[in-house]
Amino acid sequence: MRVYESPVARIGLTVFALAVAGFFALPLLWLITAPFNPRTTLAVELPSEPSLSNFETVFGNSFAVRALFVNNLIIAGGTMVLVAVIATLTSYGLSRTRIPGRDLLIYVLILFSSVVSGTAAMVPIFLLAYNLGLVDTLTGVILVMTGGYLPSAIFIMRDFVDSIPRSYEEAALVCGASPLRIFMDIAVPLVRPGVMVVAVWTFVNAWGAFLIPVVLLRSPENMPASVAFYSFYTEAGTPLLTLVSAYAFLYTIPVLLLYLLVNWKFGFRFFGGIKR
Amino acid sequence: MFKVKPLLTSLFVVAMVLGTLGGSVMAQEEITLTMTCRCVAGGVNNNLVVWLTTYVIPTFEEMMAEQGKNVTVELVEFGGSDEQLKEQYALDLGVGGGYDVFAFDGFWIPEFVEAGLLQPLNQIAGEAVDEWEGWEHIPPGIQAIMSYRGEVYGIPAGTDVREIFYRRDLFEQAGIEMPWQPTSWDELLDTARQLKDAGIEIPLQINAGTSMGEATTMQGYFMVLLGAGDHMYDFDEGKWIVSSPAILDALNFYYTVYVEEGLGDARMQLVEDGRNRSFEAFRDGRIAMLVEGDWFWRSVLVREMGVEDRNALVDWAMMPAREPGAGYRGQDFVTISGGTGWVLNPNTEHPQEAWELLAYMSSRDSQRAWELIQPRINFRDDVPVAGDPVMTAMAEALLPLTTVRPMLPEYAQISYEAQLMTERVVSGEMTPEEAMAAYAEAVTELVGEENVIVIPVE
Amino acid sequence: MEERSAGVFSGKVGAAFLIPALFFIVVFLIFPFVWIFYLSFTNQTLTGAAAANPQFVGLANYARLFDFERWMRAGEFGSSLWITTRFVLGSALIGQAGLGMSVALAFYRRRGFLREMVYTLAVLAWIIPEVVVAFCWWAFLDWRSGTLNHILGSLGLGQPDWLFDHPLLSIIIFNTWRGAAFSILLFSSALETIPPSYIETADVVGASAWQKFRDILLPMLRGHVLTDLILITLWTFNVFTPFLLTGGGPVFRTQLVSIYTYRTAFKFFEFGKGSAIAVVMMLINLALAMGYLTMLRRRRVTA
Repeated sequence: MRVYESPVARIGLTVFALAVAGFFALPLLWLITAPFNPRTTLAVELPSEPSLSNFETVFGNSFAVRALFVNNLIIAGGTMVLVAVIATLTSYGLSRTRIPGRDLLIYVLILFSSVVSGTAAMVPIFLLAYNLGLVDTLTGVILVMTGGYLPSAIFIMRDFVDSIPRSYEEAALVCGASPLRIFMDIAVPLVRPGVMVVAVWTFVNAWGAFLIPVVLLRSPENMPASVAFYSFYTEAGTPLLTLVSAYAFLYTIPVLLLYLLVNWKFGFRFFGGIKR
Repeated sequence: MFKVKPLLTSLFVVAMVLGTLGGSVMAQEEITLTMTCRCVAGGVNNNLVVWLTTYVIPTFEEMMAEQGKNVTVELVEFGGSDEQLKEQYALDLGVGGGYDVFAFDGFWIPEFVEAGLLQPLNQIAGEAVDEWEGWEHIPPGIQAIMSYRGEVYGIPAGTDVREIFYRRDLFEQAGIEMPWQPTSWDELLDTARQLKDAGIEIPLQINAGTSMGEATTMQGYFMVLLGAGDHMYDFDEGKWIVSSPAILDALNFYYTVYVEEGLGDARMQLVEDGRNRSFEAFRDGRIAMLVEGDWFWRSVLVREMGVEDRNALVDWAMMPAREPGAGYRGQDFVTISGGTGWVLNPNTEHPQEAWELLAYMSSRDSQRAWELIQPRINFRDDVPVAGDPVMTAMAEALLPLTTVRPMLPEYAQISYEAQLMTERVVSGEMTPEEAMAAYAEAVTELVGEENVIVIPVE
Repeated sequence: MEERSAGVFSGKVGAAFLIPALFFIVVFLIFPFVWIFYLSFTNQTLTGAAAANPQFVGLANYARLFDFERWMRAGEFGSSLWITTRFVLGSALIGQAGLGMSVALAFYRRRGFLREMVYTLAVLAWIIPEVVVAFCWWAFLDWRSGTLNHILGSLGLGQPDWLFDHPLLSIIIFNTWRGAAFSILLFSSALETIPPSYIETADVVGASAWQKFRDILLPMLRGHVLTDLILITLWTFNVFTPFLLTGGGPVFRTQLVSIYTYRTAFKFFEFGKGSAIAVVMMLINLALAMGYLTMLRRRRVTA
């Protein structure tokens, strides 16, 4: 496909790339202009007098600031670590032992998770957390969300683990290395891109999560940003666009940074670069 | 349950104090009361936080200390939406937890009571409730906001009224005489037509559709339904009116405004951010008349949806009945009130102190302090609106005319059906007759044939 | 990949790796699921009389969903299911998978600025929190001041009120935008595993681009395509973000089943009915997955 690269094909590719980039970029323009406009509307317009006044007001809302820079980091970070570690262990274990109907089993668990993380599940989830003494704790939110994200994470991870050739491990096994050692020294380095994908996927999901925190958390000191967002609404239930846009901007920065960091350090791609 | 943390903290504090006193007797029990509302310092309902934390809580704690009680009040600020708060209340009360005193929307009371989640104030805190001086200063109509089947579940925090807001500049442009006060729907519609002829884009916007939720039922449907002479519920018979000439008149009014003559913009009523669009359009001078509640004046028009000089540019008028005397209870003008209040938790460990806090917040002095922070229509007749003559005028003109929603557990779902009925008309999907038939069918399914009334349309 | 049936470890060692996951899955997944399944046979609510005394109602909640007399009326379950079907077909299968494959093919074995730009922007759309995305899209689609209508206007084209005139199309485009990154990344990585020699051989015999795609790439990618379809179908079936854009309207025209569930379970607190919908949705997804897996197995046999 790259052997005969005519100029026409090259121009075609560039046009296609620009069109796709435009499609993804245009809806985001508002997020860049609105926060800096002290009289913002839904229109994308360069503010005549750019100012940081919206951000000043947002930072005056200590509840929302704490939600974003403390609670969200704990919730998303904690869930990310748990899911990434457990999904790696599990998908490795599943990949290296004989389990009939493995794919179907994982898929059924994904189905369960789609039910359990939906609105209909909120009463059982609350009562469960209540009986475990997890209501109004960040731990509770992290544990419940981990249970919800694990099946999909294992499913994504499975492809990475399956794509590692097992000859290294078999050689190590012959040399008498323990399974744990094999996992840590051989498997983990090889699936690292997969761990990163699952970690980012979990982090962004937990970062934006809304339903479970609302149901489980009570104290303002524990609320995440998705709930704090509503503190920038009026009594009538309509958003104050100036503050909403500034908070949205701040809310987006961490996930963007995480992605850029991971992409730069490890490369953000599915199932590694192992050529077979 | 959620008191575990404060309890531990207080145990810890008590232990420390005991320690420093070298084991000397500490007879005084420390009591911690928790309260919550949809309010955040620097965010939504900021004024409420200011009032509670700078006035109510410190002075209440001081008063308790004078009585020899060691009471600490902890305000738990909630920054989410009303719906989320409601779900949290239901979940918490269901497992015997929750805050001691909490803000509560009056129309949630019936469904919570039916579920066994709330109890009348005097059952929780006893005689002290009945002996409270405040009751005689709260008019019965306003006490009704927090009552259900003759029992009082909370003390109101305030009430509201609904009216037509109009832009003087646009009226001037269309040559309409001011002050303006229509006395019938025909006059109202004529004004709208006159504005339209003068090139005003959206002469009259009145809420419809499900996406606006209760705003449609209260500021929209009820305002025309009451004007046509009916309520949603027949309070004497104890039944829901599901089909009647008045409902049809109300729907025909919507039909005229949105479908037939295009005096209002139906799109705004049908999209998710429509309410915000309508506020924006009013601010930008595209809407001339908007039917809204008094918070539109005191809260929306002064924030980013505000206009440069509110008092010079915006005025208000009462919503007329279809024709003089044809309104609900034979009225010439109509309005409806909702309201929020504060309730006590039946599970509270300190019912007496919780009640004392609630009564203290609702005292004349506390409410006067509140009015200085946030002028609004007070629930006490001995506390005037402070420093806003327009609000005072609205309260004086409309409170005597007002009515409330039916306080019944099935109200929320029936209200939704009413919103849907208006949505079907303004979208042009159904005729008024068809929409009313669909409403009658849905409500009948909800409450049963024996609980509805059909008044034939001649 | 095909030799996966050979285990490296014994069953006991393998099981040790699964213990932590097992804990989470049993406590936070299977247990609540069984509970929901039970609730779907009751009239459980959170407020109102049925909250204090929930009754066992048998299959009534299910029967109400499949009441064919009103099934296709606007706002009812059947019409929601039909809207959801079109939404999944349009935004997941055609939109996300189609765009994902096109982008992956266009940048096959390429590096450079254009690729980085497209991939970063696509991922950005995928990772931004959903409330933020909702505001961005309101601004994008706004009738009077939206970016899209500005562009259309400057090209001399019509300017519809997107969320009003074409609500379903709008959320299909929105969801394509929102989720395409996953398919782009998955297909790109999958393509990289194909040895270049295969394509070069095909070039030598003068195969057309379409022939190369159909006869070489697609058979080798089928497993990845199915993984992708399984996940994005399920995610799209359950996605709730369109609610933030349209609220399910106007007049139910974008009421996906996820929004129907929300209305039942969250707005009116009817958790018995809501649970029944969730169970039905799960069974529909299970049926789809069985279909996908049958296709996967057929591939193994022929491979």
